Amino acid sequence: MRWAQAAFFLLLVRPFLALVLGVNLRHAARLPQSGPAILAANHNSHLDTLLLMSLYPLAQLHRVRPVAAADYFLRNRFVAWFALHIMHILPLSRRPRPGEKPLAHIEAALAAGDILILFPEGSRGEPEKRSALKSGIAHLMEDAPTVPVVPIYLHGLGKALPRGDWLPVPFFADAFVGEPLVWQGTRASSMQALEARFQQLEEEGRFDAWE
Amino acid sequence: MPPNLRYALAGILALLVLGTVIIGLKKLLKPGPGDRELWLRMRSWWVMAGLFILAIAVDRALSIVFFALVSFLALKEYFSIIPTRRADRRVLFWAYLAIPVQYFWVADAWFGMFIIFIPVYLFLFIPLKMVVVGETQGFLKAAGTIHWGLMTAVFSLSHAAFLLALPDTGNPAAGSAGLLLFLVFLTQFNDVMQFVWGKLAGRRKVIPKVSPGKTVAGFVGGVSTTTLVAWLAAPYLTPLTGWQPIAAGLIIGIGGFVGDVTISALKRDLGIKDSGSLIPGHGGILDRVDSLTYTAPLFFHFVYYLHY
Repeated sequence: MRWAQAAFFLLLVRPFLALVLGVNLRHAARLPQSGPAILAANHNSHLDTLLLMSLYPLAQLHRVRPVAAADYFLRNRFVAWFALHIMHILPLSRRPRPGEKPLAHIEAALAAGDILILFPEGSRGEPEKRSALKSGIAHLMEDAPTVPVVPIYLHGLGKALPRGDWLPVPFFADAFVGEPLVWQGTRASSMQALEARFQQLEEEGRFDAWE
Repeated sequence: MPPNLRYALAGILALLVLGTVIIGLKKLLKPGPGDRELWLRMRSWWVMAGLFILAIAVDRALSIVFFALVSFLALKEYFSIIPTRRADRRVLFWAYLAIPVQYFWVADAWFGMFIIFIPVYLFLFIPLKMVVVGETQGFLKAAGTIHWGLMTAVFSLSHAAFLLALPDTGNPAAGSAGLLLFLVFLTQFNDVMQFVWGKLAGRRKVIPKVSPGKTVAGFVGGVSTTTLVAWLAAPYLTPLTGWQPIAAGLIIGIGGFVGDVTISALKRDLGIKDSGSLIPGHGGILDRVDSLTYTAPLFFHFVYYLHY
């Protein structure tokens, strides 16, 4: 389905992002050109994944794999087809059965050199507010200690299309790419380092709270 | 295309070439740290002038669409940099819808509706939508900022497009597109001249609290140069006669300066340097059309009163 994915991004996603929204990308040079790598972004909107994927050229798009909750994105046949074939997601089961290794296929994708998109906050939450990072990403970093994690701070998409709303309203979106980091020796220190990167990127924007 | 319009467009292209050559020579003979920025800025001038000239050269409809797009980008940038309320998300959607409607009045050349749609109907409708949403915390500030954005980015800028709705009989050798070209060219030329005069001779600051880069020499030099060029170009592009081109030049020169520092004040209030990053070397779209938000309505009504 590579052609379908490429067509979807070329004809719909990119024109929409360019005209209706507009993306202000800072530190583009820090984006990893090839995998294995993990893009870790804060999560405000369904548009987050589309924006992050559209940062890559069409020819490379199939190597960019969003990790997404299986219970949400595989909830019915139509959503599942779109998620698996167009967005090319790696489904993650949020409540694994005992004995199941929920990260196995994700680590396999990393080993194959894919670029993963991960939202360590877990869900979209309140629009334009960062929530606490969940430690799932630390497990992944521990298992793949040399793979760079590139933090990306997103702003504005929560205004354009927040959770629970279907009508997109035009706003410019900001995407600030941070310095990459790798496994820090322990889960706690890795999470702290990632949180610090996000903090730094957020301060760079000096955005007003959206109440 | 009317003959004078063709000569004017050729003249603009010649100026772009001249500007590029001057910057290229400066880069060669007296390299400095600001060269890259200047080069980016010049490249963006080519893109912007190219799109504008293309729109004018093709037809009136495309030119109107061009300005509608500029309004949309400017309003989007404005709503993205000011503090907005979550409760007003859908209200902003309605504010955006004002753009196609306002430019439809332009295409329809319906002056009566064009001139009251935003100042009267939108002014009354937007607060109504906000009341329906029901959030009263911050109501006044939100209603005020949304309307200010609509007046600046849509109402004011649409005056430039409405020049095209005026009859071509004012100056048949250029048509109504001649007026639009006169306004847009002189507004942008004035920006550049104020910058150049400020760099060459500027010392005393005009309004250091709002815009520390603006100097008396930049202002006086810019306005004088603009007025001189207005006086030279007016007979070819506009129906203005006698003292009128001088007044038009002063309106564009002084109005452009005021528009520029008004957006500067807004940015300073918000604590940002540029309104966006859409135009490399210039900043955002509001940084580029700030002067036009003042010169377009002022110049339009000056011409409209005297000749139409």
